[in-house]
Amino acid sequence: MPGLTLRVDPIACDGRGVCAEVLPELISLDDWGFPIIRAGTVPDHLQGEAREALRICPKLALRLDRKN
Amino acid sequence: MRAPRSVQYSSRPASQPSPDRLPRLLPAGFAAGPGSLADHLARYGPAPPGGLTGPRRAALIKEVERSGLTGRGGAGFPTARKLAAVAAGHDPVVVANGTEGEPASAKDKILLARSPHLVLDGVALAAELVGARQAVIVVHPAVREIIDEAIAERHRARADPIRIRVVTAADRFVAGEASAVVHWIERGIPTPTAIPPRLSARGLGGKPTLVQNVETLAHLALIGRYGASWFRSAGTTAEPGTMLVTVLGAVREPCVHEIAIGTPVGQILSTAGGASAPLQALLIGGYFGRWVDAAAAAAAPFSSAGLAPLGASVGAGLIAALPANACGLAETARVARYLADESAGQCGPCLFGLDAVAGEVQRLAEGRTSDLAMLHRWLGQVNGRGACSHPDGAVRLISSALAVFATELDQHAQGWCCGSAKAAVLPVPPRRPRCQA
Repeated sequence: MPGLTLRVDPIACDGRGVCAEVLPELISLDDWGFPIIRAGTVPDHLQGEAREALRICPKLALRLDRKN
Repeated sequence: MRAPRSVQYSSRPASQPSPDRLPRLLPAGFAAGPGSLADHLARYGPAPPGGLTGPRRAALIKEVERSGLTGRGGAGFPTARKLAAVAAGHDPVVVANGTEGEPASAKDKILLARSPHLVLDGVALAAELVGARQAVIVVHPAVREIIDEAIAERHRARADPIRIRVVTAADRFVAGEASAVVHWIERGIPTPTAIPPRLSARGLGGKPTLVQNVETLAHLALIGRYGASWFRSAGTTAEPGTMLVTVLGAVREPCVHEIAIGTPVGQILSTAGGASAPLQALLIGGYFGRWVDAAAAAAAPFSSAGLAPLGASVGAGLIAALPANACGLAETARVARYLADESAGQCGPCLFGLDAVAGEVQRLAEGRTSDLAMLHRWLGQVNGRGACSHPDGAVRLISSALAVFATELDQHAQGWCCGSAKAAVLPVPPRRPRCQA
């Protein structure tokens, strides 16, 4: 099964930071409050949280891409 | 299916630049200004005929592939791959990028001013190869008139099957990035746009778009005339051809020179009249490039492979020579502030991060209390975090300064600067006033 990669559109992102609250395992914030996403695919047990992060982002700046 | 016929090339006119004789792109009588279309044709011979059939186009793209031509705007992407990708799309557009927003670089302006017809030949050939009916050339305001006149002359001579539209480039550092060029033409906003899908799939007006640097197109025009073997007869096997290099700073004749790729850095400095003062460091590649120790770089071939051991790359073809009596930290601080101000302001890590980084580099340069560990952390956080590579380029430049000018860092921390030269080496435009409504 292909893995899912979490990405952020840096132009759309406003640095609200809610994604890092929902998914601290994969998302940390830089010194200015913008998300840094851990490299690699999203582990299976975190896919629910990843989808939640996409859903609650007020700027809809997160994406889950299927990595081939 | 029959294999495409091999491409035939016109026999060389007597005046054709031979492979070992440079420059290829810039006509002799350098200061004389742009030549007429007739002069141009006398020098280079006629352009390959238009109205090519599909197989002929495919064969010519193959020839470009064999030539090994790569983009001369800084990214170095193989030109044939871009041509093939755009040619596969429906109703494509060609955009010639002569924006050259980098304040230290002059090679595209010089090329457009001296050899406008060679670039325009390249635009017409690129349009022919990808099957485009529209082409736009974006040029620095300094050369706008020359290009307008050259196009009018070609129109009178019915030289081009398609109309080439001219657009004056936006005067901003980020305006030269490929998606920013398309954004500028289309909406008058010179900022990069989010990356996917690629411009080759969806660019200007939603059409597949070929964005090529103007120097790349000039080389393409010569490959169209003389073929891949001729092109490959200069340069290295892995990186064939010639390239334009802007040399500035402490050299006797700061100028744009055309060099065979792989020419040693020291020899390029000699071509520019040699160092005018003892040198400490060179900035290689441009404001997205790297500082390197001057002595260590002298023997390095000016090519991606030759500069890789120094961590540098050819970038947009620039060498700035820093004299021993200048302060590398002060130079870097000035450029860092400029690059931070020139952020398009779209991506948080670039907008806030580069500003913070530039402030900290300024503090270092001024010997004020600063936090080197924090600066390194910020550089790590900013790198790779924008929609375009603007933050990455700035980080590369600043990181190299921290390594090459390590001794100066210690000196500045002790309140001492070895720099005595007043004049700035790296040009930076005056800070842009914000518009007050």
